[in-house]
Amino acid sequence: MKSSDASRLTLILLFTPFALWIILLVILPQIGVGWLSLREKLGPREYAFGFGNYLDFFREPIYWNTLLRTAWISVLVTILALFIGFPVAWYIAKIARQRSRAALFLMCLIPLWVSDLVRAFGWILLLRETGIISGALQWAGLSSGPVELLYNDITVVIGMVYTVVLFMIVPLVSTLDGMDNALLEAGYNLGGSRLTVFRRIVIPYAMPGIVAGCIITFMLAAGSYLTPILLGGKNSMWFTEQIYEQFVTRYNWESGATFGVLLLVFTSGVVWLGLRLTGQNLASTVAKE
Amino acid sequence: MHDLECVNLTRVFGRHRAVNDVSFTVPRGSFFSILGPSGCGKTTLMRMIAGFETPDSGDIRIKGKSVLDVPPNRRSVKMVFQHLALFPMMNVGENIAYGLKCRGESRSEIARKVEDVLARIGLPGVAEKQVAQLSGGQKQRIAIARCMVLEPDVLLLDEPLGALDLKLREQMKIELKLLQHQFNTTFLYITHDQSEALVMSDTVAVMNAGRFEQIGTPKELYNQPGSGFVAGFVGDTNRWAGRVTGVNGDEARIALDQGPEIIARQGATLAAGCRAEVFIRPETLSLAPIEGANQVSGTVDSLLFNGANSRILLRSGERLIEIAQGVMDATTPVARGDSVTASFRPTHALAFPAPEAG
Repeated sequence: MKSSDASRLTLILLFTPFALWIILLVILPQIGVGWLSLREKLGPREYAFGFGNYLDFFREPIYWNTLLRTAWISVLVTILALFIGFPVAWYIAKIARQRSRAALFLMCLIPLWVSDLVRAFGWILLLRETGIISGALQWAGLSSGPVELLYNDITVVIGMVYTVVLFMIVPLVSTLDGMDNALLEAGYNLGGSRLTVFRRIVIPYAMPGIVAGCIITFMLAAGSYLTPILLGGKNSMWFTEQIYEQFVTRYNWESGATFGVLLLVFTSGVVWLGLRLTGQNLASTVAKE
Repeated sequence: MHDLECVNLTRVFGRHRAVNDVSFTVPRGSFFSILGPSGCGKTTLMRMIAGFETPDSGDIRIKGKSVLDVPPNRRSVKMVFQHLALFPMMNVGENIAYGLKCRGESRSEIARKVEDVLARIGLPGVAEKQVAQLSGGQKQRIAIARCMVLEPDVLLLDEPLGALDLKLREQMKIELKLLQHQFNTTFLYITHDQSEALVMSDTVAVMNAGRFEQIGTPKELYNQPGSGFVAGFVGDTNRWAGRVTGVNGDEARIALDQGPEIIARQGATLAAGCRAEVFIRPETLSLAPIEGANQVSGTVDSLLFNGANSRILLRSGERLIEIAQGVMDATTPVARGDSVTASFRPTHALAFPAPEAG
């Protein structure tokens, strides 16, 4: 009896902070935002409930175009991060020696010690008209005048890949690390070419890591604010920027909340679609075996 | 014709000669084992045959043709890995079909062959099961089937029984031998477990420090070991150090460091005055007196009951002598603390030059 009481107490003590966190910081604010999004402003201090805010969103092409653009650039960032992150993760997990592995991993983490903001300014120093790259190009005679490399989509994509690629590498390293090298050798031994081994053994084995990495990077990219604003400029047409504008500049909380809910629903939909297309499910990705 | 032939194979890692000038041939359809302690280079040797390592010198020939230039995925040598390396993301049927698919065989042909090989290993109808659903022994058989379905010239087995528990290991030894008969393929088996090698093999090569010490049938290795290492490694044995005091024909008189002076058979040529090691198997030591035999006396330290492998441990000076004869049948009943004399015939004591110190 006593021991079961004690274990119940332990469970409650362990569970309370988690429950508080989930309820106070995740569920309640979301309910608040959801409630706010359904409140239509009729006049000063005069409100009605309805889907008017949502209808406004779909009536204004610039809003849903921004959302689509945000989603598609985020998908692009995710794919690029996967293509860049996979070889890096492969090297760390399979090729690097045990001793250098920790150092390499640490090197991936170092950029995180600096805030997003400072990192974005780093890019600006490199890429602006009077920046290092522009200067170098002029000095080498490859360009006659200053070159503006900021404020275009390519720069935004590069900057975002740089910020999120780590979150692709970490889950990939941990899944690839668990893969027995004998599986690869067996793959060759039984007659598989490099491509066959990669396609039929490495990819299926790494799939949970790939999916986890893609979900994290996509969500981070779609929800990011600083990088697209600083590198893409005022006209970067990023959806989080719209939300910020509704809340802060226009003081239209109802519309901002609507956008927030739409961003959540839409990105969740993209993730769901991605899982369906790759034949994975969330449970097997999060908790393998 | 030989299925597999290795000629003067050498592989060096840094300053360490992992495999040092090894040559051997494996006749078609035989069960060939390489037996050695861990770190003796047997795994490196196997990986060279499979193509995962490139020898620094020497040649590997399969069916008479050198395969040094053939990449691992084109060699007609298949391998059963130590931990089997069954693909966890494929079911049993897909695991077996993998190699056939790589070869580009037709769908119907693959289905027929998979079904056929599963029937041959005695596991029909498991094709749809997941690998994790199988027992240890079943996984073992699937790993072999996955290779055998490709009809290789040589099947390499890298200590595949190591991960199994004792009971299953005993059972799999017999089963492996039967499978080898059934497929009639050359098996090259690597192990550090002498009983596995002795039970299953037609021929065993004992490997030590990158070299082959002796190649022979299990019986030859046990009864006529060619070196002190083989005598000590294959089977249980008592090992005593001493100095040669005289040589007469193929016999030698040796003064053991812990006494007494005995007559032993020379396993290798000995000269008077040099250091030697004498090997005596526990089953040749008897507590019943034998006419004209060597004698060692001591007190019974303990009785170790282990069915047919029961032992008497005799303390004589600093050493403990293992005696197997007359333990089970109680022909010579003894108790702890008894003073007894053990006898053994000179032919059963094999003497080899002691290895150089250092």
